[in-house]
Amino acid sequence: MRYSALSVLKQALTGHKGWQPAWRDAVPAPHYDVVIIGGGGHGLATAFYLARDYDVGRIAVVERSWLGNGSIGRNTTIIRSNYLLPGNLPFYELSLKLWEGLERDINYNAMVSQRGVYNLFHSDMQRDAYARRGNAMRLHGIDAVLLDRAALRKTIPYLDYENARFPIQGALLQARGGTVRHDAVAWGYARAAAKLGVDIIQNCEVTGIRQMGGVAVGVETSRGYIGAGKIGMAVAGATSQVAAMAGLRLPIESHALQAFVSEAVKPLVDHVITFGAGHFYISQSDKGGLVFGGDIDGYNSYAARGNLPTIEDVCEGGMAMMPMLGRARLVRHWGGVMDMSMDGSPIIDKTPVTNLYLNAGWCYGGFKATPASGVCFAHLIAREAPHEVAVGYRLDRFAEGWVIDEKGSGAQPNLH
Amino acid sequence: MRLQCPHCGPRGLAEFTYHGDATVQRPVDRGAGSSAAWADYVYLRDNKAGVHQEYWYHQAGCHAWLVVTRHMRSHEVMAVRAAMVRA
Repeated sequence: MRYSALSVLKQALTGHKGWQPAWRDAVPAPHYDVVIIGGGGHGLATAFYLARDYDVGRIAVVERSWLGNGSIGRNTTIIRSNYLLPGNLPFYELSLKLWEGLERDINYNAMVSQRGVYNLFHSDMQRDAYARRGNAMRLHGIDAVLLDRAALRKTIPYLDYENARFPIQGALLQARGGTVRHDAVAWGYARAAAKLGVDIIQNCEVTGIRQMGGVAVGVETSRGYIGAGKIGMAVAGATSQVAAMAGLRLPIESHALQAFVSEAVKPLVDHVITFGAGHFYISQSDKGGLVFGGDIDGYNSYAARGNLPTIEDVCEGGMAMMPMLGRARLVRHWGGVMDMSMDGSPIIDKTPVTNLYLNAGWCYGGFKATPASGVCFAHLIAREAPHEVAVGYRLDRFAEGWVIDEKGSGAQPNLH
Repeated sequence: MRLQCPHCGPRGLAEFTYHGDATVQRPVDRGAGSSAAWADYVYLRDNKAGVHQEYWYHQAGCHAWLVVTRHMRSHEVMAVRAAMVRA
Protein backbone atom coordinates (compact mmCIF):
# COMPACT_ATOMS: atom_id res chain seq x y z
CA MET A 1 0.00 0.00 0.00
CA ARG A 2 1.36 3.38 -0.98
CA TYR A 3 0.99 6.06 1.70
CA SER A 4 -0.52 9.33 0.54
CA ALA A 5 -3.01 11.97 1.62
CA LEU A 6 -5.59 10.02 -0.38
CA SER A 7 -4.84 6.73 1.43
CA VAL A 8 -5.15 8.47 4.82
CA LEU A 9 -8.49 9.98 3.77
CA LYS A 10 -9.73 6.66 2.44
CA GLN A 11 -8.79 4.87 5.65
CA ALA A 12 -10.35 7.61 7.76
CA LEU A 13 -13.65 7.15 5.94
CA THR A 14 -13.57 3.37 6.35
CA GLY A 15 -12.70 3.24 10.05
CA HIS A 16 -8.94 2.64 9.60
CA LYS A 17 -9.63 -1.06 9.07
CA GLY A 18 -7.64 -1.47 5.88
CA TRP A 19 -4.11 -0.67 7.04
CA GLN A 20 -1.60 -3.42 6.29
CA PRO A 21 1.48 -4.32 8.37
CA ALA A 22 4.31 -2.04 7.27
CA TRP A 23 6.65 -4.92 6.46
CA ARG A 24 6.56 -8.69 6.15
CA ASP A 25 7.94 -10.57 9.17
CA ALA A 26 9.87 -13.14 7.14
CA VAL A 27 10.91 -16.70 7.98
CA PRO A 28 14.57 -17.38 7.14
CA ALA A 29 15.21 -19.11 3.80
CA PRO A 30 18.12 -21.59 3.57
CA HIS A 31 20.22 -19.25 1.43
CA TYR A 32 20.45 -15.60 0.39
CA ASP A 33 22.77 -13.80 -1.97
CA VAL A 34 23.36 -11.09 0.64
CA VAL A 35 22.74 -11.33 4.39
CA ILE A 36 22.95 -8.10 6.38
CA ILE A 37 23.51 -8.69 10.09
CA GLY A 38 21.76 -6.00 12.12
CA GLY A 39 18.24 -4.61 11.67
CA GLY A 40 19.04 -1.11 12.82
CA GLY A 41 19.09 2.04 10.73
CA HIS A 42 22.32 1.29 8.89
CA GLY A 43 21.49 -2.36 8.15
CA LEU A 44 17.99 -1.57 6.90
CA ALA A 45 19.22 1.38 4.83
CA THR A 46 21.90 -0.86 3.30
CA ALA A 47 19.30 -3.49 2.38
CA PHE A 48 17.02 -0.83 0.88
CA TYR A 49 19.70 0.74 -1.34
CA LEU A 50 21.06 -2.69 -2.30
CA ALA A 51 17.60 -3.81 -3.42
CA ARG A 52 16.77 -0.53 -5.17
CA ASP A 53 20.05 0.33 -6.89
CA TYR A 54 21.93 -2.94 -7.44
CA ASP A 55 21.14 -6.33 -8.90
CA VAL A 56 22.47 -8.63 -6.20
CA GLY A 57 19.69 -11.22 -5.92
CA ARG A 58 17.93 -12.17 -2.69
CA ILE A 59 18.64 -10.07 0.38
CA ALA A 60 17.90 -10.70 4.07
CA VAL A 61 18.34 -8.57 7.17
CA VAL A 62 18.74 -10.59 10.37
CA GLU A 63 18.13 -8.85 13.70
CA ARG A 64 18.69 -10.46 17.09
CA SER A 65 15.97 -8.44 18.80
CA TRP A 66 13.10 -6.44 17.41
CA LEU A 67 13.64 -4.03 14.61
CA GLY A 68 15.10 -0.74 15.76
CA ASN A 69 15.88 -1.80 19.34
CA GLY A 70 19.48 -0.63 19.10
CA SER A 71 20.94 2.82 18.63
CA ILE A 72 18.44 3.83 15.92
CA GLY A 73 15.78 3.96 18.65
CA ARG A 74 17.98 5.50 21.35
CA ASN A 75 19.64 8.51 19.77
CA THR A 76 18.85 12.22 19.94
CA THR A 77 17.73 12.44 16.28
CA ILE A 78 20.05 15.19 15.03
CA ILE A 79 21.18 15.49 11.42
CA ARG A 80 23.96 17.82 10.24
CA SER A 81 27.11 17.86 8.11
CA ASN A 82 29.21 20.46 9.95
CA TYR A 83 32.45 18.52 9.93
CA LEU A 84 35.98 19.75 9.28
CA LEU A 85 38.11 17.02 7.72
CA PRO A 86 38.15 16.10 4.01
CA GLY A 87 37.44 12.41 4.70
CA ASN A 88 34.25 13.28 6.57
CA LEU A 89 32.73 16.33 4.84
CA PRO A 90 31.62 14.76 1.51
CA PHE A 91 30.24 11.70 3.30
CA TYR A 92 28.11 13.59 5.80
CA GLU A 93 26.96 16.06 3.16
CA LEU A 94 25.79 13.16 0.98
CA SER A 95 23.93 11.92 4.03
CA LEU A 96 22.25 15.28 4.59
CA LYS A 97 21.23 15.46 0.92
CA LEU A 98 19.75 11.97 1.21
CA TRP A 99 17.81 13.04 4.32
CA GLU A 100 16.37 15.91 2.31
CA GLY A 101 14.88 13.46 -0.20
CA LEU A 102 14.33 10.50 2.12
CA GLU A 103 10.60 10.72 2.59
CA ARG A 104 9.99 10.61 -1.15
CA ASP A 105 12.56 7.83 -1.59
CA ILE A 106 10.91 5.53 0.94
CA ASN A 107 7.31 6.87 0.84
CA TYR A 108 7.30 7.33 4.61
CA ASN A 109 6.87 10.35 6.84
CA ALA A 110 10.14 10.48 8.78
CA MET A 111 9.40 14.01 10.00
CA VAL A 112 12.61 15.45 8.57
CA SER A 113 12.83 18.93 10.10
CA GLN A 114 15.62 21.23 8.92
CA ARG A 115 15.38 23.57 11.86
CA GLY A 116 19.05 24.62 11.92
CA VAL A 117 21.98 23.55 14.09
CA TYR A 118 23.65 26.32 16.12
CA ASN A 119 27.10 25.63 17.61
CA LEU A 120 27.77 28.33 20.22
CA PHE A 121 31.20 29.80 20.77
CA HIS A 122 32.42 31.53 23.90
CA SER A 123 35.90 32.86 23.19
CA ASP A 124 38.03 34.39 20.43
CA MET A 125 39.87 31.11 19.90
CA GLN A 126 36.66 29.21 19.57
CA ARG A 127 35.30 31.74 17.08
CA ASP A 128 38.44 31.25 14.99
CA ALA A 129 38.01 27.47 15.15
CA TYR A 130 34.37 27.72 14.08
CA ALA A 131 35.21 30.20 11.32
CA ARG A 132 37.71 27.67 10.04
CA ARG A 133 35.16 24.87 10.24
CA GLY A 134 32.56 26.99 8.45
CA ASN A 135 35.07 27.84 5.73
CA ALA A 136 35.94 24.15 5.28
CA MET A 137 32.24 23.40 4.93
CA ARG A 138 31.70 26.16 2.37
CA LEU A 139 34.69 24.98 0.36
CA HIS A 140 32.85 21.67 0.11
CA GLY A 141 29.64 23.39 -1.00
CA ILE A 142 27.94 23.04 2.39
CA ASP A 143 25.96 25.86 3.98
CA ALA A 144 27.53 27.55 7.00
CA VAL A 145 27.02 30.99 8.54
CA LEU A 146 29.05 32.54 11.34
CA LEU A 147 26.69 34.58 13.51
CA ASP A 148 27.83 37.26 15.89
CA ARG A 149 26.30 37.70 19.30
CA ALA A 150 23.68 40.26 18.23
CA ALA A 151 22.45 38.18 15.31
CA LEU A 152 22.30 35.04 17.44
CA ARG A 153 20.50 36.83 20.24
CA LYS A 154 17.82 38.00 17.82
CA THR A 155 17.04 34.39 16.88
CA ILE A 156 17.64 32.69 20.22
CA PRO A 157 17.06 35.22 23.00
CA TYR A 158 16.72 32.88 25.97
CA LEU A 159 20.34 31.75 26.44
CA ASP A 160 22.65 33.00 29.20
CA TYR A 161 24.59 35.55 27.14
CA GLU A 162 25.98 37.27 30.25
CA ASN A 163 27.39 34.10 31.79
CA ALA A 164 30.48 35.33 33.66
CA ARG A 165 32.62 32.29 32.88
CA PHE A 166 31.39 31.37 29.39
CA PRO A 167 29.77 34.43 27.77
CA ILE A 168 28.13 33.52 24.45
CA GLN A 169 29.85 35.41 21.63
CA GLY A 170 28.08 33.91 18.65
CA ALA A 171 27.45 30.68 16.81
CA LEU A 172 28.22 28.70 13.71
CA LEU A 173 24.91 27.95 12.01
CA GLN A 174 24.14 25.16 9.61
CA ALA A 175 20.59 26.00 8.60
CA ARG A 176 20.05 22.74 6.72
CA GLY A 177 20.78 20.68 9.84
CA GLY A 178 17.94 19.61 12.08
CA THR A 179 16.17 16.55 13.42
CA VAL A 180 14.41 13.45 12.09
CA ARG A 181 11.97 11.11 13.82
CA HIS A 182 14.42 8.29 14.55
CA ASP A 183 12.07 5.29 14.87
CA ALA A 184 10.33 6.26 11.66
CA VAL A 185 13.67 5.97 9.87
CA ALA A 186 13.96 2.30 10.87
CA TRP A 187 10.31 1.61 10.12
CA GLY A 188 10.37 3.48 6.83
CA TYR A 189 13.52 1.77 5.54
CA ALA A 190 12.17 -1.62 6.67
CA ARG A 191 8.90 -1.06 4.87
CA ALA A 192 10.56 0.21 1.71
CA ALA A 193 13.11 -2.64 1.69
CA ALA A 194 10.45 -5.30 2.33
CA LYS A 195 8.45 -3.89 -0.55
CA LEU A 196 11.46 -4.49 -2.82
CA GLY A 197 11.60 -8.12 -1.70
CA VAL A 198 14.06 -7.95 1.20
CA ASP A 199 13.38 -10.53 3.95
CA ILE A 200 13.44 -8.87 7.38
CA ILE A 201 13.98 -11.54 10.03
CA GLN A 202 13.57 -10.40 13.63
CA ASN A 203 14.46 -12.32 16.81
CA CYS A 204 17.21 -14.09 14.90
CA GLU A 205 20.55 -13.78 16.67
CA VAL A 206 23.73 -14.54 14.76
CA THR A 207 25.82 -16.95 16.84
CA GLY A 208 28.54 -17.79 14.35
CA ILE A 209 29.96 -16.98 10.93
CA ARG A 210 30.74 -20.08 8.89
CA GLN A 211 33.88 -19.94 6.74
CA MET A 212 35.40 -22.29 4.19
CA GLY A 213 39.03 -21.65 3.37
CA GLY A 214 38.97 -17.99 4.36
CA VAL A 215 35.64 -17.32 2.62
CA ALA A 216 32.49 -16.50 4.59
CA VAL A 217 29.66 -18.76 3.39
CA GLY A 218 26.87 -18.24 5.90
CA VAL A 219 25.71 -17.39 9.40
CA GLU A 220 24.72 -19.66 12.26
CA THR A 221 21.69 -18.15 13.97
CA SER A 222 19.28 -18.87 16.79
CA ARG A 223 16.84 -19.84 14.01
CA GLY A 224 19.21 -22.17 12.17
CA TYR A 225 21.94 -21.88 9.57
CA ILE A 226 21.50 -19.34 6.75
CA GLY A 227 23.79 -19.62 3.75
CA ALA A 228 24.99 -16.36 2.22
CA GLY A 229 26.86 -15.29 -0.87
CA LYS A 230 27.98 -12.13 0.91
CA ILE A 231 27.63 -11.04 4.53
CA GLY A 232 27.51 -7.43 5.72
CA MET A 233 27.92 -6.57 9.40
CA ALA A 234 26.05 -3.45 10.54
CA VAL A 235 25.89 -4.17 14.25
CA ALA A 236 27.22 -1.04 15.96
CA GLY A 237 27.32 -1.70 19.69
CA ALA A 238 28.08 -5.41 19.20
CA THR A 239 30.64 -5.11 16.42
CA SER A 240 33.55 -6.60 18.36
CA GLN A 241 31.48 -9.67 19.32
CA VAL A 242 30.18 -10.38 15.82
CA ALA A 243 33.59 -9.70 14.25
CA ALA A 244 35.20 -12.06 16.77
CA MET A 245 32.98 -14.83 15.34
CA ALA A 246 35.01 -14.42 12.16
CA GLY A 247 38.30 -14.22 14.07
CA LEU A 248 38.69 -10.45 13.67
CA ARG A 249 40.02 -8.02 16.28
CA LEU A 250 39.03 -4.41 15.61
CA PRO A 251 40.09 -0.86 16.56
CA ILE A 252 36.84 -0.40 18.49
CA GLU A 253 35.80 -0.02 22.12
CA SER A 254 32.20 -0.08 23.33
CA HIS A 255 31.14 2.85 25.51
CA ALA A 256 27.96 4.03 27.21
CA LEU A 257 26.22 7.20 26.03
CA GLN A 258 23.25 8.65 27.89
CA ALA A 259 20.43 10.80 26.57
CA PHE A 260 17.73 12.73 28.36
CA VAL A 261 14.23 14.08 27.87
CA SER A 262 12.30 16.55 29.99
CA GLU A 263 8.58 16.80 30.60
CA ALA A 264 6.68 18.23 27.64
CA VAL A 265 6.57 22.01 27.49
CA LYS A 266 5.14 24.45 24.95
CA PRO A 267 7.27 25.17 21.87
CA LEU A 268 10.43 26.79 23.17
CA VAL A 269 13.58 25.49 21.51
CA ASP A 270 13.02 25.94 17.78
CA HIS A 271 16.48 24.75 16.71
CA VAL A 272 19.27 22.39 17.69
CA ILE A 273 21.70 24.24 19.97
CA THR A 274 25.07 23.02 21.17
CA PHE A 275 26.99 24.52 24.09
CA GLY A 276 30.58 25.30 23.18
CA ALA A 277 32.19 25.38 26.62
CA GLY A 278 31.15 21.89 27.64
CA HIS A 279 29.52 19.00 25.88
CA PHE A 280 25.78 19.71 25.85
CA TYR A 281 23.22 19.92 23.08
CA ILE A 282 19.47 20.34 23.05
CA SER A 283 16.45 20.27 20.77
CA GLN A 284 12.73 19.94 21.32
CA SER A 285 10.66 17.02 20.12
CA ASP A 286 7.28 17.49 18.47
CA LYS A 287 5.67 16.10 21.64
CA GLY A 288 7.28 18.99 23.55
CA GLY A 289 9.98 17.18 25.49
CA LEU A 290 13.36 18.85 25.60
CA VAL A 291 15.77 16.25 24.25
CA PHE A 292 19.36 16.70 25.33
CA GLY A 293 22.65 14.93 25.80
CA GLY A 294 26.37 15.32 26.23
CA ASP A 295 29.51 13.24 26.53
CA ILE A 296 29.83 9.49 26.64
CA ASP A 297 30.39 8.17 30.15
CA GLY A 298 34.05 7.61 29.34
CA TYR A 299 34.69 3.96 30.20
CA ASN A 300 34.08 0.69 28.37
CA SER A 301 30.55 -0.61 28.84
CA TYR A 302 27.95 -2.89 27.31
CA ALA A 303 25.37 -2.07 29.97
CA ALA A 304 23.22 0.33 27.90
CA ARG A 305 23.04 2.55 30.97
CA GLY A 306 25.37 5.08 32.52
CA ASN A 307 26.29 6.63 35.84
CA LEU A 308 25.39 9.76 37.79
CA PRO A 309 28.55 11.90 37.29
CA THR A 310 27.80 12.17 33.57
CA ILE A 311 24.17 13.09 34.24
CA GLU A 312 25.38 15.83 36.57
CA ASP A 313 27.93 17.04 34.02
CA VAL A 314 25.35 17.19 31.21
CA CYS A 315 22.86 19.04 33.39
CA GLU A 316 25.53 21.52 34.51
CA GLY A 317 26.29 22.25 30.86
CA GLY A 318 22.59 22.79 30.24
CA MET A 319 22.23 25.14 33.19
CA ALA A 320 25.26 27.18 32.12
CA MET A 321 23.84 27.65 28.63
CA MET A 322 20.14 27.94 29.34
CA PRO A 323 19.35 28.50 33.04
CA MET A 324 15.58 28.22 32.57
CA LEU A 325 16.19 24.51 31.98
CA GLY A 326 16.41 24.15 35.76
CA ARG A 327 12.65 24.62 35.96
CA ALA A 328 11.91 21.62 33.78
CA ARG A 329 11.68 18.17 35.30
CA LEU A 330 13.68 15.34 33.79
CA VAL A 331 11.27 12.61 32.74
CA ARG A 332 13.52 9.96 31.32
CA HIS A 333 17.14 9.21 30.68
CA TRP A 334 18.52 6.16 28.97
CA GLY A 335 21.74 4.72 27.62
CA GLY A 336 23.03 3.08 24.51
CA VAL A 337 26.17 1.18 23.56
CA MET A 338 28.46 3.11 21.22
CA ASP A 339 30.97 1.63 18.82
CA MET A 340 33.83 4.00 19.65
CA SER A 341 36.54 3.72 17.02
CA MET A 342 40.12 4.64 17.81
CA ASP A 343 40.08 7.85 15.74
CA GLY A 344 36.44 8.82 16.16
CA SER A 345 35.52 8.03 12.54
CA PRO A 346 33.62 5.09 11.08
CA ILE A 347 34.77 2.06 9.11
CA ILE A 348 33.07 0.90 5.89
CA ASP A 349 35.34 -1.67 4.30
CA LYS A 350 36.01 -5.25 3.31
CA THR A 351 37.50 -7.50 5.96
CA PRO A 352 40.40 -9.97 5.66
CA VAL A 353 37.68 -12.67 5.32
CA THR A 354 36.45 -12.86 1.71
CA ASN A 355 32.75 -11.97 1.25
CA LEU A 356 32.52 -10.49 4.76
CA TYR A 357 32.02 -6.72 4.90
CA LEU A 358 32.22 -4.33 7.83
CA ASN A 359 30.17 -1.24 8.69
CA ALA A 360 31.16 -0.08 12.18
CA GLY A 361 32.74 2.49 14.47
CA TRP A 362 30.04 5.16 14.29
CA CYS A 363 30.93 6.49 17.74
CA TYR A 364 28.00 8.60 18.92
CA GLY A 365 27.30 10.13 15.50
CA GLY A 366 25.76 7.25 13.62
CA PHE A 367 22.20 8.46 13.29
CA LYS A 368 22.90 11.39 10.96
CA ALA A 369 24.99 9.04 8.82
CA THR A 370 22.24 6.46 8.30
CA PRO A 371 21.32 7.13 4.65
CA ALA A 372 24.89 7.63 3.39
CA SER A 373 26.07 4.65 5.39
CA GLY A 374 23.43 2.55 3.63
CA VAL A 375 24.37 3.89 0.19
CA CYS A 376 28.11 3.40 0.74
CA PHE A 377 27.82 -0.04 2.34
CA ALA A 378 25.49 -1.21 -0.43
CA HIS A 379 27.97 0.10 -3.00
CA LEU A 380 30.86 -1.70 -1.30
CA ILE A 381 28.99 -5.01 -1.11
CA ALA A 382 27.66 -4.86 -4.68
CA ARG A 383 30.70 -3.39 -6.44
CA GLU A 384 33.54 -4.69 -4.25
CA ALA A 385 34.96 -1.16 -4.14
CA PRO A 386 34.44 1.77 -1.78
CA HIS A 387 31.93 4.49 -2.69
CA GLU A 388 33.71 7.70 -3.67
CA VAL A 389 32.66 9.56 -0.49
CA ALA A 390 33.71 6.71 1.82
CA VAL A 391 37.23 6.03 0.53
CA GLY A 392 38.73 7.29 3.79
CA TYR A 393 36.82 4.84 5.98
CA ARG A 394 39.26 1.98 5.44
CA LEU A 395 39.92 -0.62 8.08
CA ASP A 396 43.68 -0.48 7.50
CA ARG A 397 43.93 3.29 7.99
CA PHE A 398 44.98 2.77 11.61
CA ALA A 399 47.97 0.58 10.80
CA GLU A 400 48.83 2.72 7.74
CA GLY A 401 48.64 6.10 9.49
CA TRP A 402 45.64 7.58 7.64
CA VAL A 403 43.43 8.08 10.66
CA ILE A 404 40.58 10.64 10.42
CA ASP A 405 40.82 12.22 13.84
CA GLU A 406 38.15 14.96 13.74
CA LYS A 407 38.69 15.84 17.39
CA GLY A 408 42.46 15.41 17.44
CA SER A 409 42.52 13.38 20.62
CA GLY A 410 44.43 10.33 19.43
CA ALA A 411 43.74 6.65 20.02
CA GLN A 412 41.65 7.28 23.15
CA PRO A 413 38.04 6.41 22.33
CA ASN A 414 36.71 7.92 25.56
CA LEU A 415 37.99 11.35 24.46
CA HIS A 416 36.39 11.40 20.99
CA MET B 1 29.67 3.05 40.31
CA ARG B 2 32.26 3.63 43.04
CA LEU B 3 35.86 2.49 43.03
CA GLN B 4 37.66 1.16 46.10
CA CYS B 5 40.97 2.99 45.89
CA PRO B 6 43.60 0.93 47.76
CA HIS B 7 44.98 4.17 49.25
CA CYS B 8 41.86 6.33 49.77
CA GLY B 9 39.01 3.85 50.25
CA PRO B 10 35.69 3.92 48.34
CA ARG B 11 35.45 7.06 46.19
CA GLY B 12 32.99 8.43 43.62
CA LEU B 13 33.57 7.95 39.93
CA ALA B 14 34.00 11.68 39.27
CA GLU B 15 37.42 11.58 40.97
CA PHE B 16 38.84 9.15 38.43
CA THR B 17 40.06 9.33 34.85
CA TYR B 18 39.84 6.33 32.56
CA HIS B 19 42.64 5.02 30.40
CA GLY B 20 41.33 1.85 28.79
CA ASP B 21 42.32 -1.80 28.50
CA ALA B 22 45.06 -2.78 30.98
CA THR B 23 45.88 -6.07 29.28
CA VAL B 24 47.46 -4.70 26.11
CA GLN B 25 51.23 -5.07 26.12
CA ARG B 26 53.53 -2.34 24.89
CA PRO B 27 55.90 -3.94 22.38
CA VAL B 28 59.64 -3.92 22.91
CA ASP B 29 60.65 -1.37 20.27
CA ARG B 30 62.88 -2.88 17.66
CA GLY B 31 62.48 -0.16 15.07
CA ALA B 32 60.63 -0.35 11.80
CA GLY B 33 60.23 -4.11 11.85
CA SER B 34 57.74 -3.98 14.69
CA SER B 35 55.15 -1.59 13.22
CA ALA B 36 52.46 -4.28 13.08
CA ALA B 37 52.96 -4.96 16.77
CA TRP B 38 52.73 -1.23 17.50
CA ALA B 39 49.53 -0.84 15.47
CA ASP B 40 48.13 -3.79 17.38
CA TYR B 41 49.08 -2.25 20.74
CA VAL B 42 47.82 1.24 19.95
CA TYR B 43 44.59 0.41 18.10
CA LEU B 44 43.29 -3.14 18.44
CA ARG B 45 41.21 -4.26 21.41
CA ASP B 46 39.43 -7.47 22.40
CA ASN B 47 36.51 -5.34 23.67
CA LYS B 48 34.76 -8.33 25.19
CA ALA B 49 31.32 -8.02 26.74
CA GLY B 50 32.49 -9.72 29.94
CA VAL B 51 35.14 -9.12 32.58
CA HIS B 52 37.49 -6.28 31.65
CA GLN B 53 40.75 -5.13 33.24
CA GLU B 54 41.27 -1.42 32.83
CA TYR B 55 43.42 1.49 33.98
CA TRP B 56 41.93 4.26 36.08
CA TYR B 57 43.87 7.26 37.39
CA HIS B 58 42.84 8.74 40.74
CA GLN B 59 43.17 12.27 39.46
CA ALA B 60 41.25 14.09 42.20
CA GLY B 61 42.69 11.88 44.92
CA CYS B 62 46.02 10.19 45.54
CA HIS B 63 47.18 10.34 41.87
CA ALA B 64 47.73 6.59 41.80
CA TRP B 65 47.24 4.51 38.67
CA LEU B 66 44.88 1.63 39.37
CA VAL B 67 43.94 -1.58 37.61
CA VAL B 68 40.20 -2.19 37.99
CA THR B 69 38.56 -5.51 37.15
CA ARG B 70 34.96 -4.79 36.14
CA HIS B 71 32.12 -6.52 34.32
CA MET B 72 31.09 -4.74 31.12
CA ARG B 73 27.39 -5.68 31.25
CA SER B 74 26.67 -5.07 34.95
CA HIS B 75 29.39 -2.52 35.84
CA GLU B 76 30.13 -4.72 38.88
CA VAL B 77 33.61 -3.88 40.18
CA MET B 78 35.34 -7.12 41.13
CA ALA B 79 38.80 -5.95 42.14
CA VAL B 80 40.95 -2.83 42.34
CA ARG B 81 44.71 -2.87 42.76
CA ALA B 82 47.50 -0.36 42.38
CA ALA B 83 48.94 -0.65 38.86
CA MET B 84 52.49 -0.75 40.22
CA VAL B 85 51.67 -3.91 42.22
CA ARG B 86 52.15 -6.95 39.98
CA ALA B 87 49.06 -9.15 39.75
